[in-house]
Amino acid sequence: MKNEWPLWEVFIRGQHGLAHRHFGSLHAPDAEMAIKNARDVYTRRNEGVSIWVVRASDIAASAPGEKEPLFDRSNSKIYRHPTFYDIPEEVGHM
Amino acid sequence: MTTAVKTDLAIFELALRMGDNALILAQRVGAWCGHAPVLEEDIALANVALDLIGQTKMWLSLAGEIEGRGRTADDLAFLRDARAYRNVLLAEQPNGDFAHTLMRQFLFDAWHHPMLLALKSSCEKRVAYIAGKADKVVRYHLERSEDLVIRLGDGSEESRERMQAALDALYPFAGELCAADAIDSELAERRIAPDLSGIGESYIAYLKRTLGEATLNAPWDAATRKGGKNGMHTEELGYILAEMQWLQRAYPGAKW
Amino acid sequence: MYAQMVKSTGERPKTLDEMTPEERAFQQRVDADIKIEPKEWMPEGYRKTLVRQISQHAHSEIVGQLPEGNWITRAPTLDRKAILIAKVQDEAGHGLYLYCAAETLGVSRDEMTEQLLSGKAKYSSIFNYPTLTWADIGAIGWLVDGAAIMNQVQLQKCSYGPYSRAMIRICKEESFHQRQGYDIMMKLCAGTAEQKEMAQDALNRWWQPSLMMFGPSDKDSVHSAQSMAWKIKPMSNDELRQKFVDQTVPQAEYLGLKIPDPDLKWNEGKKGYDFGEIDWNEFYEVLRGNGPCNKERLDARRKAWDDGAWFRDGLMAHAQKAKARRLAAE
Repeated sequence: MKNEWPLWEVFIRGQHGLAHRHFGSLHAPDAEMAIKNARDVYTRRNEGVSIWVVRASDIAASAPGEKEPLFDRSNSKIYRHPTFYDIPEEVGHM
Repeated sequence: MTTAVKTDLAIFELALRMGDNALILAQRVGAWCGHAPVLEEDIALANVALDLIGQTKMWLSLAGEIEGRGRTADDLAFLRDARAYRNVLLAEQPNGDFAHTLMRQFLFDAWHHPMLLALKSSCEKRVAYIAGKADKVVRYHLERSEDLVIRLGDGSEESRERMQAALDALYPFAGELCAADAIDSELAERRIAPDLSGIGESYIAYLKRTLGEATLNAPWDAATRKGGKNGMHTEELGYILAEMQWLQRAYPGAKW
Repeated sequence: MYAQMVKSTGERPKTLDEMTPEERAFQQRVDADIKIEPKEWMPEGYRKTLVRQISQHAHSEIVGQLPEGNWITRAPTLDRKAILIAKVQDEAGHGLYLYCAAETLGVSRDEMTEQLLSGKAKYSSIFNYPTLTWADIGAIGWLVDGAAIMNQVQLQKCSYGPYSRAMIRICKEESFHQRQGYDIMMKLCAGTAEQKEMAQDALNRWWQPSLMMFGPSDKDSVHSAQSMAWKIKPMSNDELRQKFVDQTVPQAEYLGLKIPDPDLKWNEGKKGYDFGEIDWNEFYEVLRGNGPCNKERLDARRKAWDDGAWFRDGLMAHAQKAKARRLAAE
């Protein structure tokens, strides 16, 4: 019991050109084996071209309570969104 | 059968040997599903079994084609008796503890991968084609089994002991993989398959290096145990086939 | 279902007025279909119920490997063997995803494994029945996976993010499981008289246990209301069971097999089938550990775990050594 393999988070690049996306987790004794296990567990159906693993305990996360200050700010910057701007149809695709 | 069918026996034998190795090993490995030491390993091992069954189908289909008597891969797998099986003795050795299973896999993969690489340049196109399909996945099998052998050899005291015991038990069967008989010599001469002694030399050098890293010692001088390639098996194979072929034998002609 | 006997905490869900402000905010998020994520505030009862439900589900996948795995070495063709290995492997994978989802709620996989092996945790009653013939592999795929998929499809909408996401992946991967089972049944039913008999016998034995998978009747299931309010169990046991029967009867007819229930008949009023009472004594006996294979299943899992201890520890020992060597070299 005491000697449980640590938990790893797995990120997989699904296709060339895409970003790595969180895929799931697994247990492994170290990073190298975590990558091997990830290949077997998460790419059984040819899902990926590249794998990252990170020890779950090494991930720093924003606290749930900080959600509002962190993200509400950008909600008010609607000018960052393309739909904020009305471009006349005659101008064509932009 | 009429005499019109003329089988190229050497290629037929090669396809059976490759196919039977894959099949019997897959049969052994597949029995771990649901019983492996940790979920991640259960899944990884199932991948190995699946890859090997895929290769079995290709090799045995080729064997049937070369034989020219209309036998399918399933016919060859499920309706041949032990004396007609051509797998090496190593493949049929029991699963034992997990160390035996891993060591058997490692000793096999370490031969299987260079063998497939060499078969890729076979002048028999169908052989080269199958080898080309199989070599990448088998490289991964070897990567995995090599890694586990090193880690467990150089792991805890108990893991080292178990891996050493497995190596002592299984190493005598490794020699058969690289021991050429008349069929192998003919295949090499005709450039259908590689010269096995060449594969053998690099095989031993590779084992020495890797097992050294794993802090394990093979009984290098042990007498080689062989016979499977010519149908002289251990008693294990009869039980494997009894289980594997049971449905096909009990219900002749039925479709599943 | 895969979590048949999840006891949630309270008797009836609190009304919004009875809730603390935190509970109310939580319930309003759930009502608005906003997913709950790990480490966010949640009622303790929600967390506990989820841990039990997800871990039971995970255990069911793991124990569920055994009855089918039993036939891997005897599968009748190379294709059937490969398909069966792939399916049993998926079950291991799905157990793994689910354990990981439960781990986000602060319980480790080893703890959950310990609970399974000690007999404290439950898993689906269905896996305590034996697979006696090859037709059982067909019947399990067709009926057991059919029932499981029905349950899992609705769980994709579960309010807890990690569970919902695991379910989405599992449903996607399992889409072939039921089909391969039905395919086996089709082959048998189109085969020899002996094969067809084998198929009918398998249906006879798996029908009732499959209906039991959905858990006790709603009238005896006091815990559903809270789980439904929390959206960790969107549909009731009886609703799902009815759906399953309605879906399966025509499939059996197509095969030319007879559902072993003299009371089964179409009810035009409810646009569904009426079916006979389930033997709930048997259900509770199996859950209590007295089914035909309870002992064998747990023994097999204990053996795998105990025999594998040296392997897990050995790899951990190597990882620690390698790390120490790396640090020393720096």
